[in-house]
Amino acid sequence: MDFPGGKVRFTSEMEFISGNSETRVPCFRVLDQYGRLLNNVDFEQVSEEAAVKIYANMVTLQMMDVILYEAQRQGRISFYLTSMGEEAINIASAAALSDDDVVLPQYREHGVLLWRGFTMQEFANQLMGNRFDYGKGRQMPIHYGSNKHNYVTISSPIATQLPQAVGIAYSLKMDKKNACAVTYIGDGGTSEGDFHAGLNFAAVTESPVLFICRNNGWAISTHISEQFRSDGVVVKGRAYGIPSIRVDGNDALAVYTAVKRAREIAIEKHTPILIEAMTYRVGHHSTSDDSTKYRPINEIEYWKTARNPVSKFRNWVESNGWWSDEAEAELRTRVRKQLLQAIQNAEKTEKPPLRELFADVYDVPPANLQDQEAELREAIKRHLEDYPSDVPV
Amino acid sequence: MLGFLRHRATAGGSAVPLLQGALQKVRTASLSLKSYSSAAKDMNVREALNAALDEEMAADPRVFLMGEEVGEYQGAYKVSKGLLQKYGPERVVDTPITEAGFTGIGIGAAFYGLKPVVEFMTFNFAMQAMDQLINSAAKTNYMSAGNIPASIVFRGPNGAAAGVGAQHSQCYASWYGSIPGLKVVAPYSSEDARGLLKAAIRDPAPVIFLENELLYGENFPVSAEVLDSSFSLPIGKAKIEREGKDVTITSFSKMVGFALKASEILAKEGISAEVINLRSIRPLDRHKINESVQKTNRLVTVEEGFPQNGVGAEICTSVVEESFGYLDAPVERIAGADVSLPYAANLERMALPQVEDIVRAAKRACYRSIPMAAAAN
Repeated sequence: MDFPGGKVRFTSEMEFISGNSETRVPCFRVLDQYGRLLNNVDFEQVSEEAAVKIYANMVTLQMMDVILYEAQRQGRISFYLTSMGEEAINIASAAALSDDDVVLPQYREHGVLLWRGFTMQEFANQLMGNRFDYGKGRQMPIHYGSNKHNYVTISSPIATQLPQAVGIAYSLKMDKKNACAVTYIGDGGTSEGDFHAGLNFAAVTESPVLFICRNNGWAISTHISEQFRSDGVVVKGRAYGIPSIRVDGNDALAVYTAVKRAREIAIEKHTPILIEAMTYRVGHHSTSDDSTKYRPINEIEYWKTARNPVSKFRNWVESNGWWSDEAEAELRTRVRKQLLQAIQNAEKTEKPPLRELFADVYDVPPANLQDQEAELREAIKRHLEDYPSDVPV
Repeated sequence: MLGFLRHRATAGGSAVPLLQGALQKVRTASLSLKSYSSAAKDMNVREALNAALDEEMAADPRVFLMGEEVGEYQGAYKVSKGLLQKYGPERVVDTPITEAGFTGIGIGAAFYGLKPVVEFMTFNFAMQAMDQLINSAAKTNYMSAGNIPASIVFRGPNGAAAGVGAQHSQCYASWYGSIPGLKVVAPYSSEDARGLLKAAIRDPAPVIFLENELLYGENFPVSAEVLDSSFSLPIGKAKIEREGKDVTITSFSKMVGFALKASEILAKEGISAEVINLRSIRPLDRHKINESVQKTNRLVTVEEGFPQNGVGAEICTSVVEESFGYLDAPVERIAGADVSLPYAANLERMALPQVEDIVRAAKRACYRSIPMAAAAN
């Protein structure tokens, strides 16, 4: 018989569909725990050049995180947040996208920006909030944004980027572009109302958007067992009519394959796709967190070493004869030097000039702000000795 | 919600059934006005909004409308009547019931470069989208250092209607009015509605466009100049609806009609009131307000919303800052009662400003009210 919404078969069995199926949704992987290619795997081939680029970026990301975290500890930047343990998700997903795809990150995806060509110096400038920061010193550290890299400026409130990604995807569809919107979220973010609104809307509006959920097991101190009672996030796609897949987030080739194919389907068929990438948040939530307070140190160590996505991929790259210890040493030395130089340069650079306090509230500063700027400049003239020397007037 | 339900009962016409009493009061106010200019024709606010939307959508293919019931239903208050038929479902999008969702989607589309007009069935429901509105729409141009502007309009009924209760009657002018990055406008007449909506759609900033359900059906004369498709009104400029010399009365939206009615009554008692239609809450036309007070030396602020931290409080401060020496009397502030709006008609009437409240306030400002000692006898 018909109901609004279509035909439904009747049944005489009075039975509740169980909240969880007996078997969990399986996880797609290409490499085994040691980085060896599994048999009979359907995956996207990568050339030597591409593989080396992916690996080098993963190492760079890892080093960036270590050094910049330390910089915060040394008091040189006020805040930092690492993506340790999630290098494969960051770099391999970025490698599978085109530069025209618009990325709306949560905040643990700076590897995507790194892949797209954001330099060490550009990262350091934002962290220091100096006058070369594209954000003009307006945002906390790690809130990167870059129009030319199609990377939408990071916004702190969780999950707000999900419905916005749908809006962008809808616009790309209206423009008939060969591009999609790609948005990232953590396991915790899926509890937000915007997750529901975004996924539901993406399905109804048939928008080409990839929802990539980094299920890393922890939302600050909230373990996923306290976040939801579903079989992770992948099963939620079905609730909205969205095709979904669970992948091993620590397997660069699996992530690359899933994202590349998802992208093609999304654009061609005008559909959203949900990708749940299983992983582990090796680092603390941020420099404001000490995760040893709520999880065992040996658990962190295990994921940092035995399940490390960077060393796993290195094994595969080396097994093809595309990498060596010498190459590793050369890369690490080069990156370290570049990074430290960038930090030093950024520290020495002066802060954004005073007029940047009042600009961009609207397209043109309104009368009240112009008055306030004039008053401030007057006050500075009278009390120049009280004004900080590294902020140009 | 109730407004929407009342709509279902209508026999498909464009008139919205209102409580007779409220309708009469509002109609009387408009009929007693002198014409602004050589009136070409009468037009109600709903028609003015509809035509403005139509013209802006025709002129710029990036403009599109989104909201609950805006398409097939022709608009919960029929403001988008005919637009789905004319522009198709890609440009008039019926959304599921999730304000946070469609607000976020509109903002995303605006980040990309489209120009959405997002309709809230009432601004009461927009509270569910408050994070997107403030943290994403208002702040993003600044926080992205000008890289990600959001040219988007959020419109819908604001303030009290008639008998719709507390959760459908709040006025949000002062909430949105305090946020840097937003522009906030509140039209009164059809000319206001038409000119300000066109300006809002063309403006690069996110604009909160506060309509009023009871004004939708009210007729105003509009001149040929106003009817031209290039017409628009500048955001941030107030209008002197009625010139006067004894007391300045500031108002916006429906309260403009009440203030004008009050000024008729005051005129009979020899008090010449100057009525200002703010038109714009942010930016506030402080210059015009202060210029008026420097002429009349007395001020009454009128708003429908809650008194604390309201629009009147900001106007009062602006006048104290710039025109203190000109004031001959303390500033009088008329606002809604500091309670959630009750439903019962008698209680609702007492909780909202009425014409007689404005008259009494103006008289107090002119030291013409009954002295306390005499009243005590």
